[in-house]
Order: sequence, then structure tokens, then C-alpha cells
Amino acid sequence: MDVFRSQRRVVVTGMGAVSPFGRGVKELVSGFIEGRSAIVVLEELADYGGLRTRLAALVPGVDGKEISRNKRRSMSRQSIFAVLAAQEALTQAALPEAEYGGGRYGVVVGTTISSLETSESFFADHFRDKSFARMKTSLFFKTMNHSAAVNVAHFFGLEGRLLAPAAACATGCQALGYAYEMIASGTQDVMVCGGTEEFHPLSAATFDLMNAASFRYNDRPSIASRPFDRQRDGVVCGEGAGVLVLEDWQSAKDRGAEILAEIIGFATLTETGSIAEPSSAAMQRCMALALADAGVEVGSIDYINAHATATEKGDIAEAKALVGIFGEQIPVSSLKGHLGHTLAASGGLETIATIEMMRRGELWPTRNLTELDPRCLGPRIFTGIEKQTTDLALKNNFALGGVNSSLVIKAMAS
Amino acid sequence: MTDAEIISLVNDSLVEEFELENSAMVSEAEIFDDLGLDSLDIVDMVVVLEGSLGIKIRDDEGLREIRTLGDIHRFILQKKRETEAAS
Repeated sequence: MDVFRSQRRVVVTGMGAVSPFGRGVKELVSGFIEGRSAIVVLEELADYGGLRTRLAALVPGVDGKEISRNKRRSMSRQSIFAVLAAQEALTQAALPEAEYGGGRYGVVVGTTISSLETSESFFADHFRDKSFARMKTSLFFKTMNHSAAVNVAHFFGLEGRLLAPAAACATGCQALGYAYEMIASGTQDVMVCGGTEEFHPLSAATFDLMNAASFRYNDRPSIASRPFDRQRDGVVCGEGAGVLVLEDWQSAKDRGAEILAEIIGFATLTETGSIAEPSSAAMQRCMALALADAGVEVGSIDYINAHATATEKGDIAEAKALVGIFGEQIPVSSLKGHLGHTLAASGGLETIATIEMMRRGELWPTRNLTELDPRCLGPRIFTGIEKQTTDLALKNNFALGGVNSSLVIKAMAS
Repeated sequence: MTDAEIISLVNDSLVEEFELENSAMVSEAEIFDDLGLDSLDIVDMVVVLEGSLGIKIRDDEGLREIRTLGDIHRFILQKKRETEAAS
């Protein structure tokens, strides 16, 4: 099988997070190490008919007011999250700012859907009389599908390629993968990439409608999100942004940058048998392609950060796919027990977490996994923090629409 | 409404929409250089003032002549007088 192979090595030199644990990678890491839950009861969800869940994982204390008005006027909440996460990542990467505008530094940032909060606010007023007389110029700039990517590019003056992938829960992972490929192929030198998401009741309602949102734990939010657990009852939707700076290894080395990890493989594919049903076979094909792209054997993967959102079908399909490829010894965890499902942001946030685990020589478990669903038996889904040296990790994200994505991460470039 | 009340309403609307300081709202303030607005803001300013004052100014040629906050005040007061005279 011929697969795309990298021409240049691609490394991570910056990471930024805005998550339900708060602002910054440090807050994200603390949340996982302390084993906290970021899920809260959102009372206003009771105002919506036909919605059973009252749960969400919201970003606390970020209003974006530190961003000047003339920059912020084109930003929805999810764009603000992306810009703040990118700011942290770029600060850490400490790239030469003179290069930002040269056309070789690009942006790949995606969202599940354009800002629903903004659209709802506009249409609530518009439908009173169907008038456009009260529409402001900012409406389009906040709701265009590439709004978050454009806002990141404009805020920092990054003038290279711009891409805004949209693949629901696989968006963030795809963004990292496409950025990796652009650097590997030599078309770009640096990419600011990841996913961002603002919570809206429509997201929760979409999962609820398909009997895939948690609501039996409405009075116990901290134990609501339970990937792989026998008592799980679905997704808890969240929000945030996870953004990484990827860079050509040679340039990172030449300028003495701290290299946090290396991206060595990526694959994404679409399974067209069902628009909603997960497919173990497609997941396996995706992971196999990612391993082939990386040029590594199955047995060399040390840890898998699962997509596992706490839906019945998704968790079972992924567990079967994992054991089918990697056998029973491979350690696996899902971080959605802590953080809920941050949808488009999950790929970026969970990749950051995976890299932090590798750097710390430990693995973080699946929160709220107290009794494994026997149908998820197979891979070693551990339940406590473990000390382990991880050289290679695989990161999965799978999405409604049949989109699968996998990323292979190497601990340090050498 | 008195002229003073109209000017106050215009200023309050602009302060809220464009996050301006009340102390910056002096007649001689240049809209672009002193208040920091740009062409997109001017489009939104028209929407905001139409909403606050219940008048239609979008297609008015006089808008093109506006340079300062005082120009806005004079333009709006003139427009109000024309609207009242026509009704």
C-alpha cells in the first residue's frame, strides 16, 4: 500500500489551551493530575423543551475583554477561545515575529459549526419583522465558516495558508494532521493549528435526540461523563480551544527552540456506510494508515488516547478496534470523563494532554470508570495515574458523518 | 426630546457600541483619529443611531461629510428637525 510519507520532520514547539478547567495548559494539566471533573449543572437548560440533559463543561472566566474592541468585533466566543489559546502557544514557541507575514506561517483552525450564539442572537431579532436594517457588519465576520481561523491569522498577522476544517468531533485532530502535512511537504514552515468550540444548547440537544447525551446524572455532574463504564449514559458537551504550534524540525533545531514532541504520522478517512453509526473496521483502517504514514509497527505504540465519548456505540466500537490492532496489553484512556466532550476542541486539547503525559512520564486515566462495560473488554483501560515512559502515542478522534482521524506522536525529536 | 437630550442619547449609544470613554466624547473629537473608528464601524454606527433615534439616515448624502463627533451631533439634530417638519 502506497501512503503519504513525510519529507520533513514536524515538531511541536508551542501549546495553548482554553478549557473547562480554565485558561492555559497549566490549568488543564492540574485538572487531570488532580483528577477533577469540569462538568457543571447548567440550570438554563431547563428552559428548553425537549431537552433532557442539564449538563455542560463550560470555560470559566474568559470574556475576551483583554482583546481590543476593533479586533474583538469580528470574534464570536469560539474565536476568542482560539485566539487566546494561540496566544499561549505562540508565546511558548517564541518564533521570530518578523517571519509571521512572509507567507510561510499558516493557520489551520476549525470549528464544528459557525457561532450558534451569534446566529441565534441575530435571528431572534430578525424574525420579528424579517428586517435586515438592524444587522451589523460583525455578523458575517463572526459566523463565516472560517471565522476562527481568520481571527487567529489577523490577530497575530500570520499570512501563510489558511484552512478551516470542519469535521465535528474530528476537527481538531484533522487540523493538526493537515498542518503536519503542509510542513512535512515543505509548503509551509510553521502552522498554528487546532480546534475551537463554544457550547450551545443545540449541541447538547443533537446528542440528546439520538439518545447519546448524559441526563441520568443531572444531579451528580462530576460523575456524569463515564467513558467505557457500564453505567455510562452518553456525552456531556463542552467547549474550549486547543491550539498547537507545529514547526519544521530543522528550523526549530537551528533556532534552539524547546521541542515538546514530534508528529510523525496522520490519517483521516470517511466511512460511508452510515452517517451516524461508528464503525470498528473504519477506525482500524484509519489507525493502520496513521501507523503506515509514521512508518512504525503496531507493537511500538506505547499508549493510546482514545476518542471514547461515553456513548454506548462509540466506546464499544473503539475498544473493539483497539484490541483488534493492538491486543490486550496496550494502555488506553479517554480524558472525556474529566473534561466532557469539547467537540472540535477535543483533538487539540487531548493532544496537548497526551504530550504533557509523555513529558511527565505518566499516564492519566479515564475518570469515572468504576466498572468496565464488558462489551469494552480488550485493551487495558486503566483507572489510576500510572508511571510509564511513552515514546510513541496514538491519538484518535472520530466524528459524526463517518469521519475518522488518528495522529501518531513521538515523545521527543532526537 | 431637547437637543441636549438627543446629543446625550447619541453619545451614550456610541459609548456603548464602540466601548468608548465618556471623557473622549467631545465635539471636536475626530471620528477616525481620536475615537478610533473605521469604515466598518461607520456602517454599524448608522445602524445603532437609526435604532436609538428611530430615524433613517443610511442613504443620506450628509453622512459623507461627517468628520467629528460634533458633525454627527449637527447631522442628527438637522435630520430630526427635517423628520419632525415632514410629519
